[in-house]
Amino acid sequence: MLSYIFYILSGLTILTAIMMIAARNPVHSVLYLIITFFLISGQYLLMNAQFLFVVNIIVYAGAIMVLFLFVLMLLNLNKETEPQKSMKTKLAGVISGGLLLVNLLGALVKSNSSTESLPITDVGLVKNLGMVLFTDFVVPFEISSILFLAAMVGAVLVGKRHKGEMEAISE
Amino acid sequence: MSTLLIIKIVIILVVFGITLLIAMYSTYLERKVAAVMQDRIGPDRAGPWGLLQPLADAGKMFFKEDFIPKQSEKWLFIFGPGIAMFTACMTGAIIPWGGTVTMFGETFNLQIADIDIGILYIMGFVSIGVYGIMIGGWASNNKYSLYGAVRASSQMISYELAMGLAILAVVMTTGSLSLKDIVEAQKGGQWNVFYQPLAFLLFIVCAFAECNRAPFDMAECETELIGGYHTEYSSMKLGFFLFAEYINMFISSAVISVLFFGGYNFPFMYDLGLSANAITFIGVGVFFAKIIFFIFFFMWVRWTLPRFRYDQLMHLGWKSLIPLAILNLMITGGWQIFKDSF
Repeated sequence: MLSYIFYILSGLTILTAIMMIAARNPVHSVLYLIITFFLISGQYLLMNAQFLFVVNIIVYAGAIMVLFLFVLMLLNLNKETEPQKSMKTKLAGVISGGLLLVNLLGALVKSNSSTESLPITDVGLVKNLGMVLFTDFVVPFEISSILFLAAMVGAVLVGKRHKGEMEAISE
Repeated sequence: MSTLLIIKIVIILVVFGITLLIAMYSTYLERKVAAVMQDRIGPDRAGPWGLLQPLADAGKMFFKEDFIPKQSEKWLFIFGPGIAMFTACMTGAIIPWGGTVTMFGETFNLQIADIDIGILYIMGFVSIGVYGIMIGGWASNNKYSLYGAVRASSQMISYELAMGLAILAVVMTTGSLSLKDIVEAQKGGQWNVFYQPLAFLLFIVCAFAECNRAPFDMAECETELIGGYHTEYSSMKLGFFLFAEYINMFISSAVISVLFFGGYNFPFMYDLGLSANAITFIGVGVFFAKIIFFIFFFMWVRWTLPRFRYDQLMHLGWKSLIPLAILNLMITGGWQIFKDSF
């Protein structure tokens, strides 16, 4: 039963991911990406990782993608404003993408194809996850939070107006 | 089918029905409250005291022409109100409407699901709720709609942060994300509003913003944007948008009651010598009384305060509410450590 749901979810995820690339309209692309995120969240739920499920929805589908959509709606991109790539760039894209595909296919063929399903555990529940994060993995956890802080300070610094800029605008 | 499953299905249907019914009569209440505040009579033609007015409104909505603009993105235009309505209805699933009931040989909670992630589930649906407005506004292919959608989305992202931080303080004092546990921890008049007054204030301000209610109804803002994101909508699609707002208001009121006002708890509930079932049913009544009070509070504020200007709204969100919420969180954390170490 669970494996059927897994295959249906995976198939839909791949389909929406392809649709995201194939869509001509950037807003449609973002909407397909949001659906992809939801389907991936469904996979988390299948593994009983409820916290990851809801955080994926709140952070990725609910906040980051809203910002993406926000920017795209403001820019209002359409066919006329879409930059036309030259033939050379297109060719380079096709070749590099094709090489990546060959690489992945090679890895897939060589890989051990026997699938083993992990037992469903309770480690994904909020309480257990918190225990694990703050005992066994406390150092990586703290380091990643420092990383986030650095990124935040960087973003503020980039967004801040420089000294002369403010006067230039008001004049 | 087991009895418990049937009971759960009945609870789901009842919750769904009550949600729609209360949202429907909120529209009536809104008009009556507005009328009282402006010294008017309000709707009084349909039925006694105008009580059938919501039905008349719904009838009007259904019979209007359902117009889809030619230049719009047809499917997204239809999905917009659908998403808004769907996310609004889903949040009722984890609200604990009452305590335990023993009936038909089964003991069960008056709650659809008590899930591990609890309040985060509501946060998740709140964050998805903005898509209804954004997609609807963008698909209309109208500048006013787009403005409304963009405003709504930036407003909701900004206030979601402060809201989450305010909830976290409550979660820290209770030690659980589950709404059921949060209500149970407030037994005997130990309401969170006495322990977390700042969190309550922050939460209610953010709830106004998340519901797009005045004084934060930037997304609609009739005087500047015609109808905001639903400028191009008509008939029941418009009805869905408006209705979703009232459902959100109902759920917000329920969440406020659960988090800060003890949910279905009421004073002296164990001193009256009543049976467990009677206490539960009185508790449900008390819970709904609290909810209706907060719905009234939403309307009271709407007809009292003028609308914020957009930059004021952003300043309030980022420069006042979020620092206050972080401060509150630090004080709460400090107090917890202090309490545990002595």
